[in-house]
Amino acid sequence: MNGPAVQLKDVVKRFGAALAVDRVSVAIQPGEFFSLLGPSGCGKTTTLRLIAGFESADAGDLLIAGERVNDRRPYERGVGMVFQSYALFPHLSVARNVAFGLEQRKIPRADIPARVNRALELVRLDPVTYGPRMPAQLSGGQRQRVALARALVLEPRILLLDEPLGALDLKLRKEMQLELKALNRTLGITFIYVTHDQEEALTMSDRIAVMDGGRIAQLGTPADVYENPRTAFVASFIGGSNFLSGLAESLGDRRWRLVGRHGTFVVRAEPEVVVEAGTEVRIAIRPEWMDLFPPDQVPAGENAVPGTVQEVIYLGETIHVLVALDPGEVVTVALRNEGQLIKPVPWTRGSRVAVAWLPEDCQVLEPDA
Amino acid sequence: MSLRRRVLGWFALRPGAAGSALVGPGLFWLLVFFLAPIGLMLAYSAMKRGMYGGVEPGFTLEHYRRFFDPLYLDILFRTILWSLVCTVLCLVVGYPMAFLIARAGRWRQWLLFLVVLPFWTSFLVRMFAMIFLLRDTGFINGLLLRLGLISQPIVLLYTPGAVMLGLVYGFLPLMILPIYASLEKFDGALLEAAEVLGARPWARFARVIWPLSIPGVVAGALLTFIPALGSFVTSDLLGGAKQVMIGNLIQNQFTVARNWPFGSAAAFVLMGVVLLAVVGYLRRRDAGGLLS
Repeated sequence: MNGPAVQLKDVVKRFGAALAVDRVSVAIQPGEFFSLLGPSGCGKTTTLRLIAGFESADAGDLLIAGERVNDRRPYERGVGMVFQSYALFPHLSVARNVAFGLEQRKIPRADIPARVNRALELVRLDPVTYGPRMPAQLSGGQRQRVALARALVLEPRILLLDEPLGALDLKLRKEMQLELKALNRTLGITFIYVTHDQEEALTMSDRIAVMDGGRIAQLGTPADVYENPRTAFVASFIGGSNFLSGLAESLGDRRWRLVGRHGTFVVRAEPEVVVEAGTEVRIAIRPEWMDLFPPDQVPAGENAVPGTVQEVIYLGETIHVLVALDPGEVVTVALRNEGQLIKPVPWTRGSRVAVAWLPEDCQVLEPDA
Repeated sequence: MSLRRRVLGWFALRPGAAGSALVGPGLFWLLVFFLAPIGLMLAYSAMKRGMYGGVEPGFTLEHYRRFFDPLYLDILFRTILWSLVCTVLCLVVGYPMAFLIARAGRWRQWLLFLVVLPFWTSFLVRMFAMIFLLRDTGFINGLLLRLGLISQPIVLLYTPGAVMLGLVYGFLPLMILPIYASLEKFDGALLEAAEVLGARPWARFARVIWPLSIPGVVAGALLTFIPALGSFVTSDLLGGAKQVMIGNLIQNQFTVARNWPFGSAAAFVLMGVVLLAVVGYLRRRDAGGLLS
């Protein structure tokens, strides 16, 4: 297939006066695992429902495999959908649930059982054991698999998933994440996945669209959105971030000196970030990219702000040190746990420290839209 | 020791007694005011008729034999037929109403209120109101005459149609409410799931909405059919003497004809019909449940 599997061009959706989706444009490639990530009310579910055909766009074009589908019914779009609540038909057995779509699409009766069995095996449910069961007799994880089989049995080109793992416990969720990713790879179906869980999106996605207020705040690979957040919203929604700011003075070659109440830092902006000299510029620094030193031993070339350790939090993999900077704010510094029993973190509450980071290890942010 | 403490202490020592104490009053009520009169009626139905009403001792099945006279069987079959027609009409009218109310958003409460409103007046008053609507000088004929659509009043009252109208009007809320209850908690995502799987509107109704609302339909049908079988006020007031239902026959035996044994026998035949209908239905539903 040439061209994107799904394409949105300036799509707008209003509910009364509220703008749920605000001129969203995106091209999703065939076979891609694409996530719509954002807090509730950001427009991610509405975007998915627009693609499914449960909502109609007020403006803009929606293309599936290059054809405009704005006016097509959901069943004419070649999409499958997995719902947050699973939406299994409670009065039909597992096998009848999976057969539902085949029956509606007038697949010859004789072919249905074999296809149902194949779909159930695909999601690792034994057709003999589970086929005759009713949805009420299944666990949450099993229901989710049935919902998946019911959508996949029709061999859709695109599978839409609306927070499908939200109701499962953590361990099962992790397991299903890997399985979904594997299904996406082996079946070659385009997955469009809605979630508010940043870790889930990072784990599974080829690309993530971070949404905020009905717009795509940032679009990129998991590494892009995590390591190069473009706005404060993205920086704080995906992973933790510390924010500092200052007035910008150009040093040339995308390097800037920021002068603010925390002191003077040197930062480097990404090529696509526009910085104007003389304006207030915010930067985000990931906790794991900061380090702590005794105040008088900061290595040359690093930015540093003095402060006092407020709390040391043991998290297992990492140790979080909360530092109250001298001008006021509290930042979080994540230190790798190298074994507290053999090589303990040398800081305790009240220690005087310098929080330091390299000019390359911070993100110059654009103002939030 | 206070009485309260003594009572609580007594129950604390006898864990089973609390349950009996809670069930007791209801059980007593049913035994004395439900089972006992029915037992009495059963006994009456097999006794000789007294000279001036009442019964005389002795055992006979003549009243049951008499009931199987074509004259009375006719009334019984007509009653069953009418009750069935009434139930079907209530379903046909009530289902779409229940469906719309369940989907009416913020109007829902008001529409439900309107459905229940007739219950605030007595059944008798409502049937009298129907007379004012249907009689020759009533509202409907008056309106049609005014509009010049007819030159003579049409006979509406004291017809089978009037009885049926009264029955449907009287029992419709009993059909709407249970169906509404089963549709109201319906998960809209099921319809979206059905649609994306390829179900057109009719298939979404037939394959998803209807099967899931069957418990409501059954409850509504039983709540309509059973009282319709036993009704006598409607046929009396709107049907005149010509449209006798079995309820009228039974009432007549106890009041005017003063033939209590025969009235009791007729009542038991009617009860048998109801039991057969309900048990027959429940068994069929169970079989269906096993099949699907």
